[in-house]
Order: sequence, then C-alpha cells, then structure tokens
Amino acid sequence: MNIVEFKSVEKRFGDNVVLDRVNLEIAQGQVVVLIGPSGSGKSTLLRCINALDQIDGGELIVGGLSVRGGNAVTREIRQEAGMVFQQFNLFPQMTALENVAFGPRQVRGASRAEAHALARELLAKVGLAERGDHYPNQLSGGQQQRVAIARALAVKPKLMLFDEPTSALDPELRQEVLRVMQALAEEGMTMVVVTHEMQFARKVGTRLIFMEHGHITVDGPPAELLDHPPNQRLRDFLQHVE
Amino acid sequence: MDFDWSVIVGALPALLQGARLTVLITIAGLIGGTLLGVLFGLMRAYGKGVVSSIGFAYVGLVRGTPIVVQVMFIYFALPGLLGVRVDPMTAAIVSIVVNSGAYIAEIVRGAFLSVPKGLSEAGLAMGLPRWRVLSFVVGPVAFRRMTPALGNQFIVSLKDTSLFIVIGVGELTRQGQEIMAANFRAIEIWTAVAVIYLMLIGLLTMALRTVERRMRIL
Repeated sequence: MNIVEFKSVEKRFGDNVVLDRVNLEIAQGQVVVLIGPSGSGKSTLLRCINALDQIDGGELIVGGLSVRGGNAVTREIRQEAGMVFQQFNLFPQMTALENVAFGPRQVRGASRAEAHALARELLAKVGLAERGDHYPNQLSGGQQQRVAIARALAVKPKLMLFDEPTSALDPELRQEVLRVMQALAEEGMTMVVVTHEMQFARKVGTRLIFMEHGHITVDGPPAELLDHPPNQRLRDFLQHVE
Repeated sequence: MDFDWSVIVGALPALLQGARLTVLITIAGLIGGTLLGVLFGLMRAYGKGVVSSIGFAYVGLVRGTPIVVQVMFIYFALPGLLGVRVDPMTAAIVSIVVNSGAYIAEIVRGAFLSVPKGLSEAGLAMGLPRWRVLSFVVGPVAFRRMTPALGNQFIVSLKDTSLFIVIGVGELTRQGQEIMAANFRAIEIWTAVAVIYLMLIGLLTMALRTVERRMRIL
C-alpha cells in the first residue's frame, strides 16, 4: 500500500521551478533516502509531504488524504507524518520531557499523566531517560536531535520525515542520532530521509533517490546504486560527498 | 532660600490621593493597552490584507499624533462626534489604553517575528492549528523577549498620566498644580511630586526586574 503518492507535482518559488512534475510512490515500510546537490529540491519534496510547503500543481496524497484538502485535512496529514528538522527546533521554554509530552497533550488530547508516561517511554527509547528535566540549551546537539525524534514519535505518526537530521551536528555526535534512526527503521517505520550519510543509506535504506533540478533522476536499491552509479552525475555527486 | 518641610507634610494627603489616581489610571490603562497591543500586534504580524492594514492604520494614527492631542480629542471632540459624554477619568483611561496599545502592538509584533521560524514549523508539523502554535510555542518565547521593551512602555505610560492635568483629572501632577496655585510653594511641591513619581517608577522597575530574573530570555 502506498502511503505517499506524488502525481506530477509542481512547486515553484517565484520563477524558480523547484519540483518539476515529480512522480513518486512510497510504500509502507520503505526507508527512502533522498540525496542530491543543494537546490535540487530534496528538502522541498520532503516539506511538501506534510504541507509545510504548498504544492503549486499536480496531486499529492499522503495516507489517503490530499495535501490540498484544506486546514483540517492538512492537520490530519501532519499528525500522520512526523518531522525532524536539521536545526532540531526544540521548544526552548520546555524541558526535554515537556517537549515530547507536548504533542500528545495538544494534538491527541492525552491527559498530563498519560502524556508524561509516553514521553518518558520515548525518551528512554532514544537513550535519554535521564535527561527529561534538562532544557534544550543544556543538551548537546546529538541529544537535542534525539529528543526531537522522540517528540515527533510521540504524536504516533505512520511516517517519519527527516530533513538533514545530522547536518548540523559534529561528526562524533552523528552516530548516536543515526543509531536511533536505524532502530526506528528496523521496527518497520516508513521513513523519508534527506541526508548526505551514505553509510546510513547503504545500511538502513531500502531505496535511494537521486534528485537534480527538481527531477528524480535515479531511483533504486541503495547498495547497487552506490556501488555502480548508473550515470555520471550521480558518480560525481558521490565523489563529492564521500 | 528656605525649604519648608511642613508644606510637604501639609500637602501630602492630597498628593497621595493624586498618586492613587495615577496608579489606578496606569493599571487600568495598561491592562487594556496590553490586550489591545497583543490583538493589533498579532494582526500586524500575521494578518493579511485588510486585517494587517487596520493594524497599520491604528499604529500610524497613534504614533503620528501627540498624546495631548489624543487626550483632547477623546475628551472634547469625541462627545461631539458620537453624542456621548465621557467623564475625565474614563477619558484618561481610554487615552492610555489607545496610546500604549499602539506602542505595545509594535513591541508584540517585533517579539513574535523575532522567534525563529523553525519553532512554529515544528509546532505546525505536529498538526497543531496556528492559534495553538502562537499561544503555546511562539507566545511564551516572544513574551520573554518583549519584557524589557514592555517595561519601558509601562514606565512611559505611567508618566504620560501627568498629561491628564489638561482635562482636569485629579492625578498626582494636577494635585501638585492645585496646591501650588494656592500656596505658591513651587520648590517644595514639585520636589514632592517628583519624588513620588520616582518612587512609583522605582517600584515598577523592581517588579519588572523580578519578572525578568525569574525567567531566562530565550
């Protein structure tokens, strides 16, 4: 079953065409790794899935709902598609626990006790059971990103979107975030990940997509594509990344 | 030149009476002004088309005219225009509400827009409606950022109440003026009036500092 369907989707910023009639189907359980040079449209593609960016043409169906279905439908889609940002974007006035408990309380109508129990469980899952009372500015970047993953999971999404989740992190902090993401993939979570981490793509990804100028130009199994890039531009790109 | 303390002692009850009115007008005016400021500030920050234009017109009108003219207009001109009589006290409070509201609107707008966009995106991405994102995610961060500027405006508004001397509200400055007109002891009376203002603002400053110390600006 497809959880995401792009049908000839267009997205423009002014005169700049960022997504040019993109067609893409993502099935439940897939771990899709999106790569491509900067400006190729990979982050925009991700942000269109949960309607943080509005599409200008075509049709985009997420979990059976159209992203153009209006405010109520948009909110429903966003509850099904959790998002993790490059800059973490934790709420600075809340502790780690409150950050994670916020979604269940505000969106799912959970009681304070329920939300906090769930938040503690999720913080433990990302290895931060002891850090619940810390504010974001008291946590390292890697810890903040793991809290952000727990916060997204707390809303109980069917799909997780990661927008360069390790790009703002020092190399030694990336692994702890990637390990959490790998565990999530192994549980069967559907994931779309914009990243430059080729090891992660090879090890965890079930599908690799290469984007250029708003088009999907390569789409296939990660190991195969990384070992034998089918075109010169992907080969060049991989050399720059690795 | 002799400084006669007994003049101050004699004038004190009337001056404190005036100070009471000053405080009353300030509190009522700033409560209303803050509510109005938040409303118009958000209209300016997030409204589109007409909504934003209304906010822009209000702020422009208030910032573009002196507060004395606003007071005169509300007390003398508005009754003629609308056919309602307002007592001086109401006119005074309304003036502070309308005047501080415009400045607070700009403070609110600036503070909300200064909060990184990523925070509201994180809230929206969870499926929250925009008003909840503004109330629970952006609002608390913005509020911390606006306290210094808000404190400044509170102090300015407290001092602006002295202008109500022109419509005969018996606030602190007016009381001083009346006593002075009767006994001609300018030095004692204006010293006493100034010291009372200093103490009121000192108190307000301390309160604001406590608020700021209790929360980190994020």
